Amino acid sequence: MPNRNLGPIFVTVTSMREGVITATGLVKSFGGLVAVGGIDFTVMPGEAFGFLGPNGAGKTSTMRMIGCVSPPTTGDLQLFGLDPRHDGRTIRARLGVVPQMDQLDNELTVVENLLIYARYFDISRREARSRATELLEFVQLSERANSKVEPLSGGQKRRVSIARSLINDPDVLILDEPTTGLDPQARHVLWDRLYQLKEEGRTLVLTTHYMDEAEQLCDRLVVMDGGRIVAEGSPQSLIATYATREVLELRFGRGRNADHVADAAEVGERVEELPDRLLVYTTDGEGSLATLRNRNIVPDSALVRRSSLEDVFLRLTGRTLVD
Amino acid sequence: MSLVTTSASVWRDIRRPQRLIERSAMVYRRNWIIILSGLFEPMLFLLSIRVGLSQLVGDVEVSGRRIAYDEFVAPGLLAAAAMNGAIFDSTMNIFHKWKASKLYDALLTTPLTAADIAVGEIGWAVLRGTIYATAFLITMAAMGMVESAWVVMAVPVAALIGFTFASLGMAATTFMRSWADFEYVPAATLPLFLFSATFYPVSAYGDWSWVVNLSPLYHGVELVRAANLGVWEAALLAHVAVLVVLGVAGTTVAARRIEKLLLS
Repeated sequence: MPNRNLGPIFVTVTSMREGVITATGLVKSFGGLVAVGGIDFTVMPGEAFGFLGPNGAGKTSTMRMIGCVSPPTTGDLQLFGLDPRHDGRTIRARLGVVPQMDQLDNELTVVENLLIYARYFDISRREARSRATELLEFVQLSERANSKVEPLSGGQKRRVSIARSLINDPDVLILDEPTTGLDPQARHVLWDRLYQLKEEGRTLVLTTHYMDEAEQLCDRLVVMDGGRIVAEGSPQSLIATYATREVLELRFGRGRNADHVADAAEVGERVEELPDRLLVYTTDGEGSLATLRNRNIVPDSALVRRSSLEDVFLRLTGRTLVD
Repeated sequence: MSLVTTSASVWRDIRRPQRLIERSAMVYRRNWIIILSGLFEPMLFLLSIRVGLSQLVGDVEVSGRRIAYDEFVAPGLLAAAAMNGAIFDSTMNIFHKWKASKLYDALLTTPLTAADIAVGEIGWAVLRGTIYATAFLITMAAMGMVESAWVVMAVPVAALIGFTFASLGMAATTFMRSWADFEYVPAATLPLFLFSATFYPVSAYGDWSWVVNLSPLYHGVELVRAANLGVWEAALLAHVAVLVVLGVAGTTVAARRIEKLLLS
């Protein structure tokens, strides 16, 4: 049988060229409620791919389908060229999952969490021990190895979750809102670790409603709203397409912002009116502000900033990401 | 697909539920005293019957033989201990892991399946019940309540009783909505404990004795009692069959419910 050995090699080559994850017309509905309304995306190997959107956009439902713990209602989903409907177990063996709420084993210590998790993946005890030591070092929790999970801080728990998700040396790491609920310092520690994983060439798939997180970590992302993908691209290309280089934020005080929409529109390419402020999209924020002041229009406060994914989202959906 | 790879994959399939037992062993390695506490209740029952009740009641006739009352009751208590141990492990404990700590959600993201979880958790309950039964048996022997060497068969029988009740308990737990629903558990197990020919022969029910057949525990009690007397007859196979069928049904329901509720 000379061809027998060629099969797997061929599969590997094609799946390297194609996506690690491909979704076509993917739908998830619960009874009458449509959580994901037909989305297409492809995640390439070694890529950090993000799903950006507000709560209820369908991010978590999508992640659960990718994690093979929620069967798609209709549409096609493939991971490593396999269908989760039939090969869920094989796929899950190659995934690392960091859920939104840390689902750590509270009856066990930090290191035991890692050790038993390794056993679920059929990893030998000896191998589990060496991996656990290594991973606790990676997430900077070696000194907490024998602590119970409960007294750890939110950031520490999330790091244990990440260490645990890496125990099977996964090809794809799935992170559902990895830094939601963490303080700024803990978020930066986490981003640093995730960045290192990305540099190692691991494929990361993450959801977030923080634009700075998406900008820092994602090579490419899709913006989701109401169960659909409304835009797709790199953070830079999305900003270039949907926003201007700079944003001038103007505050005129309660109830008076609306009076100045027309004035603002004259000095920028576009104006968004928010309850507390006006956003003027412009290539030169300082210049636009100077022009306004020359016309004797003086806001209570003014701020010039670089435009962000938040602006992209606002443009696409008419709403802010975090309400 | 060669025979070697097939048997290797079957071996892997059997091993996966064992990971849950491994986990429980890890948890109780530090809390082994909790395991011991489960022994006290049946032992105290046994002691009180031995010391007081047995003299009052006198001998009882079973299978045409007259035996002391404590020798009659001991197998019933052993069967009930296996039931209670299995029920405790498969109801409150499992509900906590399911709803509060979200353990099963985390497990399902690994290669483990809903069936692995059901079989693994029930397997642990069976193991725990078997440990209790063995300790109970040693005590029975030490107090001179053993009639026949066949009594060692009470250990596998206790494992079977554990399997039946752990399966039924876990299946029932998947329907529980809150902790309040657990009030129903003793409402079901206490009558079984009292009326399954545990404390007096089934003949006491007269014409209504057939009703006892509806109690799963009764079938377990009869098997343990037969083991103690060393009386083996074909009719016992019917008792085994009832316990096996209920156990398999319970395990199946538990696995299906986990799949339906957690893999939605």
